[in-house]
Amino acid sequence: MGAGHSHALYVHEHSFIHRLPPEAKVVAAVGLVVSSAVTPREAIWAFAAYGVILGLLVAISRVPLRFLAVRLLALTPFVMFALLIPVIASGQTVTIGGVELSIEGLWGAWNILIKALIGGTVSILLAATTEIPEIIRGLGVLRVPALFVSIATFMIRYLELVASELGRMRLAMTARGYDPRWITQTRPIAAAAGSLFIRSYERGERVHAAMVARGFTGLMPSLGRRTATGADWAGVGALIMVWVVIATLALSLS
Amino acid sequence: MHAPDGFLNVGTAVATGAVSAGSLGVAIRQAREQLRDRAVPLAGMMAAFIFAAQMFNFPVAAGTTGHLLGAALAAILLGPSLGALVVGIVVVVQALAFADGGLTALGYNVLNMSIIPAYGGYAAFRLFRKLLPASAGGVVGATGLAASASVVMAAMAFAIEWLFGATAPVSFDTVFLAMVGVHLLIGVGEGVISAVAVGAVIRARPDLVRGAADLDREQMANRSPVRMRSFVIGGFLVALVLASGVSQLGATDPDGLESVAAETGIGDSARDHAFGDSWFADYATAGVDDEDVSLAVAGVVGTVITFTVGAGILMAIRERRPRRSSAV
Repeated sequence: MGAGHSHALYVHEHSFIHRLPPEAKVVAAVGLVVSSAVTPREAIWAFAAYGVILGLLVAISRVPLRFLAVRLLALTPFVMFALLIPVIASGQTVTIGGVELSIEGLWGAWNILIKALIGGTVSILLAATTEIPEIIRGLGVLRVPALFVSIATFMIRYLELVASELGRMRLAMTARGYDPRWITQTRPIAAAAGSLFIRSYERGERVHAAMVARGFTGLMPSLGRRTATGADWAGVGALIMVWVVIATLALSLS
Repeated sequence: MHAPDGFLNVGTAVATGAVSAGSLGVAIRQAREQLRDRAVPLAGMMAAFIFAAQMFNFPVAAGTTGHLLGAALAAILLGPSLGALVVGIVVVVQALAFADGGLTALGYNVLNMSIIPAYGGYAAFRLFRKLLPASAGGVVGATGLAASASVVMAAMAFAIEWLFGATAPVSFDTVFLAMVGVHLLIGVGEGVISAVAVGAVIRARPDLVRGAADLDREQMANRSPVRMRSFVIGGFLVALVLASGVSQLGATDPDGLESVAAETGIGDSARDHAFGDSWFADYATAGVDDEDVSLAVAGVVGTVITFTVGAGILMAIRERRPRRSSAV
C-alpha cells in the first residue's frame, strides 16, 4: 500500500488550517481520532456529530472532496474485510435480502467502517494541509526524540531521490526487455534492490562527510520557524474539547 | 498491513502502543551507539531506501504483483536495532504524512510491521545461520528463510492481537487462517527478494552486510551451490511445519472462539497481552472453555513469537561491538 506517493497528499491552498502550526495540527488530529476510537459504536448520533464537524473542517481547508474520496480508497482492503464480517461472524442472525447476517457482525463492521472513515479523513486532512517536513518539525516541537525526528527529516529529504533512482533502474531494465510475470523471474529486480541499497548507503556516507565538512555536529539545527502560540493552542483545545464532550456523553449514555 | 483506526479495540491499541514505543526507545539507544554521529544522514538514507523498497513491486504470478515489507531485510543489512528503528520511522511517517494506516492504530502497526519482523526476523536469521554453512551462500539462504518467517510471524501476531482486541465476533481461527494463508504466499516473495538482494550486496560490498560481519574474506568468497539446496530443503521444512500447524487448526470448529468478542472480557485482557505470560489466565476470563485446541495454538504461537522477538532484542543489545567495523 506504500506505492508511488512520495508527496502527492499535500494540497496547495491558503486556508486557515493550512496556516496553523504543524504541532497544533498533529495534536488536534490525534485528539480527534482517539476520542472517536473510544466512542461506543452504538452512539450513532455521536458519529454523526463528528461527521458534521469534520465536514466543516474539510470545507474550511478547501481540500477538494474528490481528492479526499480518491485518497480514502486506500482503505479498500480493510473495508472488504469489514464487509465480510457480518457474513462470517457468529451469533444471532438477521435475514436481509435473503442473506443471513450476524447482528454482532453488523455492529462490528459498522464500528470498523465508521472509525476507519473518520480516522482516514482526519489523517488525509492533516497530510493535505501540512507539508511533510513541517509535520516532522511539529513532532520535534512535541518532544519526539531528536534522533527520530532528524532521521525522519533526512528520509523525507532523500525519499524522492532514492525513489526516482529506483524508477530509473526499472526504466533501464524495461528498456532492455525485462518484463517479469512470475516470481521465478524476479532475480534481476531483486538484485537491483541490492544495488539500490549500496548506492543509498554510499550516498549517505558522502552526504555525511560533506555535512561534517560544513560543521555538522550530529543533529540538525532548528530554523526558528513559527511555533504554536497560545491562541493556536486555545483553538485546537476547543476543537478537541468538543469531541471529548461528545465522546464522554456517548460513553455515559451507553 | 497498514491497519486503519478502530480495527482493534482501545485496550489493545494502548498496550501495543506502549510496547512499540518502548521497543523503539531501545532501538534508538542501540542505533545511536552503533553509528555515533553518522547516525542521522546514514539512517535517514536507509529509511528512504526502505520506503522506496516498499514501492518495489515484484511479480507473484501471471502478472499480479506484491511489494516488499523490508523489515527483515533491513535488520539483516543494518543490524536489528537500526533496522527496527528505520522501518518504525517509515511506518510512523506513512501514518502521519501519507495517511497510510490509522493514527490510533500506530501501536499495532509499528509492532507488526517493524518490531516483530525486524527483531523476530533477525533472531530467525541467526538461527538459520547456525544451521547453514558459514559462507556467503549460507547468509543468503538464511536471509531468505528468515525474511519469509518474519512475514508469517507478523501475520500471526496480527491474528493474536485480534484474539485480544477483536471489534467483531469473527473467531481467531478464521482470522488466523486467512492472515497466515495469504502471508505464506507474500512471505515466499519477501524471502526470495530479500535473499537475492542480500546476495547482490555481498557480491559488491560484503562489509555492508551486518548479518555477515563474522565471516572472513575466504568464507565470503565461498558462494557454493548450498544456496539452492538450502532453499529447497529449508523451504520445504518451513512449509511442512506451518502447514501441519495450520491444518491442525483448520480441523477444529471455526466458530469456536465466538465468545472472545463478548464485550466484557476483552478490554481487561487486552492490557496484559503484550506482557506475555498471562494469556491463558486472562483469556479464560473471556469465557472460552470449549476450544482447547485453538487456545493452545494461540498460546504456543504467541509464546514462540514473544520468545523470538525477545531473543532478537537480546542479541541486538549484546552485539554492541561489531566484530568488524563497517566504516569505509
